[in-house]
Amino acid sequence: MLKRLFALIPAGVLGLFASVANADTVMRSKPWQLWLQDPKSPSAEAVYDLNVYLLVIEVVIVLFVLALMCYILLRFNEKANPVPSKTTHNTLLEVVWTAVPILILVVIAVPSLKALYLADHTTDAEMTLKVTGNQWYWSYTYPDHDEIEFDSIIIEEEDLKEGQPRLLSVDNPVYLPVGTNVRLLLSSNDVIHNWAVPSLAIKLDTMPGRTNETWVSINEPGDYYGMCSELCGVNHGFMPIHIKALPKEEFAKWVAKAKVEFASNDNAPKSTTVRLAKADVATR
Amino acid sequence: MANEAAAHDHHDDHKPAFWTRWLCSTNHKDIGTLYLATSMIAAIVGGLMSWYLRLELAEPGIQFIDDFQFYNVLVTAHGFVMVFFVVMPAMIGGFGNWFVPLMIGAPDMAFPRMNNISFWLLAAGLILLIMSALIGDGPGTGWTVYPPLSSSDFHPGPSVDFGILALHVAGASSILGAINLIVTIFNMRAPGMTIHRMPLFVWAILITAILLLLALPVLAGALTMLLTDRNFGTAFFNPAEGGDPILWQHLFWFFGHPEVYIIILPAFGIISQVISTFSRKPIFGYLGMAYAMSAIGVVGFVVWAHHMYTVGLSVDTRAYFTAATMVIAVPTGIKIFSWLATMWGGSIKLEVPMLYALAFIFLFVVGGVTGITLANASADLVMHDTYYVVAHFHYVMGLAAILGMFSGFYYWIGKMSGRQYPQALSKLQFWVFIIGVNILFFPQHFSGLAGMPRRIPDYPDAYAGWNYLSSVGALITAVGTILFFVVLWKTLRSGEKVADNQWGEGATTLEWTVASPAPFHTFEDSPDMTGKAPAE
Repeated sequence: MLKRLFALIPAGVLGLFASVANADTVMRSKPWQLWLQDPKSPSAEAVYDLNVYLLVIEVVIVLFVLALMCYILLRFNEKANPVPSKTTHNTLLEVVWTAVPILILVVIAVPSLKALYLADHTTDAEMTLKVTGNQWYWSYTYPDHDEIEFDSIIIEEEDLKEGQPRLLSVDNPVYLPVGTNVRLLLSSNDVIHNWAVPSLAIKLDTMPGRTNETWVSINEPGDYYGMCSELCGVNHGFMPIHIKALPKEEFAKWVAKAKVEFASNDNAPKSTTVRLAKADVATR
Repeated sequence: MANEAAAHDHHDDHKPAFWTRWLCSTNHKDIGTLYLATSMIAAIVGGLMSWYLRLELAEPGIQFIDDFQFYNVLVTAHGFVMVFFVVMPAMIGGFGNWFVPLMIGAPDMAFPRMNNISFWLLAAGLILLIMSALIGDGPGTGWTVYPPLSSSDFHPGPSVDFGILALHVAGASSILGAINLIVTIFNMRAPGMTIHRMPLFVWAILITAILLLLALPVLAGALTMLLTDRNFGTAFFNPAEGGDPILWQHLFWFFGHPEVYIIILPAFGIISQVISTFSRKPIFGYLGMAYAMSAIGVVGFVVWAHHMYTVGLSVDTRAYFTAATMVIAVPTGIKIFSWLATMWGGSIKLEVPMLYALAFIFLFVVGGVTGITLANASADLVMHDTYYVVAHFHYVMGLAAILGMFSGFYYWIGKMSGRQYPQALSKLQFWVFIIGVNILFFPQHFSGLAGMPRRIPDYPDAYAGWNYLSSVGALITAVGTILFFVVLWKTLRSGEKVADNQWGEGATTLEWTVASPAPFHTFEDSPDMTGKAPAE
């Protein structure tokens, strides 16, 4: 509902508040952006709507307090009101300003908790992506696609090609199909990192010794960018996340290509012989 | 008013010689002054660090700091210095020492010599902390010191150990100070000043001291575990040997969340005194105010994991912490509205302390509502670890605490020094500072909403605009800070002499009944407060 309210605002004004969406969706922030990136997954939509709702409530509260303060300063300054009153109690007023905030909080808690449970995990995952944090790059594994495995490392500034954003581009983006429930399993090989993509409302620590689970279903094809969001050492600012979301059939083509491309990857299969055998087949 | 005799008790104004007076001091006013001076020195250190960070972040790309470990060290040290060596010493050690005994009509603190060791442990802690940043590679862990990043595998060398020792020593200092304040407040109030007649500043310090006493030992325990992990082969936080890095986060934030109330509650107390004085009205809803602070203290101990929404807590746990965290908005709302109601019907005089108190209320509300957003674990899926969080805690904890300290400084400098601050210059300082900090921190909401992570030395080009504005704000704030030291210099050098009660009938607490500057010894005979109205 609130998004519809926002739609009433002229497009030019709205453009300031949200990143531009066009045919090739590219989800990263833009200069002087004032509001969240556009939501591109069911959880992100819920979180986005919640934030619009919270913003409205919070702006009203701030303006209310500001208006009260201005009125008080005009009406009760020492010139306007030389003799102060001695009132120090008003039970009704005190009950009201305790009860009303409680009601506001209840009204906030309901959509907030709904969004929280929606974003937590999926029960019917169609595929799984494993994300592993390393100092200072990400490793991705596709256990349902013959354990395709590769590292995703930032592209240095001097090696950037035309159109690649600085500090956000990686050598191997992670590919995902759109409209698919993807289970995400996150862990780390060294310190705590955090795999975060704002437009998909994903933000979860990769924790050494643990596997954290969440999910995503991307609405439309495009490029989705994010950055490591937990201080992880010297190059914390230089391990971006780049998701390329493809239609399902194109994703299948990518999988076939990737099986070949990453088969002889140094970082790929470190253990099981089964995978090495398959890799051999693929190379031939 | 309450005690004419003690007010002009000049024959007890005998001070020891310089070295004895300042190094071996057992006088609560001198120790308070030492704390305030230390806080100001630390503020310059911590401020220079943040200005250097803002210079680096003024434009995308690398400007000055090409050693990113050093960038992280600056981020870490800035946080530690501001929290442990600027705000806490000024509020609790400085104003608490100076004015708790004066406000309750006590001759000094309960344990004057323990007071001395509290201060010198703090000074030692500050030196250890600065050494930690200068030795080896420095601790680039952030002030939260999360293992495994802070473990010996990823931070070899002695710098993190120095940081741990600095916090241990500063923590011991605070625990001793807290015990001293609690005992003083419980045992040394003037006859007739019941708990429910204490000024709200004393209430605030009492609750703060209790929080310190409960929270700091948990930090000390966690720090000791980290120290033995690093040096003696234990594995409390090492997952490879069966430990758990999340255990650290639980322990740290069980201390860390009460810590933010430790920082802001004394400011609440100062603001209550100032609002009441300059509205010439007793505080509205005195008991509600006192117990709202107590409630904030209690609830503050059961919300810690809202700092940990992204570590992989179960969804039900996050739901609980969301609900519990939002509850804090209720007592905080009571305080805001009670301050407004105190002003309502008053006869408001806009002296500089009052300007700061009004700015405090407004900025605290701004920071408070972003806190409601951040309380939601679902909203945190896009907010966590972004500049939105940085903006939030700089408003509620950084700015509000600093504004409370400025308010207290202008309110009490006449009592402490016997001299009045220069009016025009002080108002200029107020406006420059307020404009500066808002240009500095408000744009960070926008870069955070757009997704900019914290603690990064360089950022994607899209964030350039807001970051540049933020850095301009940092420069204006720097001017405001320099102006403050000019005000301080002029006040102490050539300020006008002030009357014993310079604020007139609105100032009803006991410190205004003694001479200005307050004599070396005050209230050697307890003032009789029997039957007096709450000294609010």
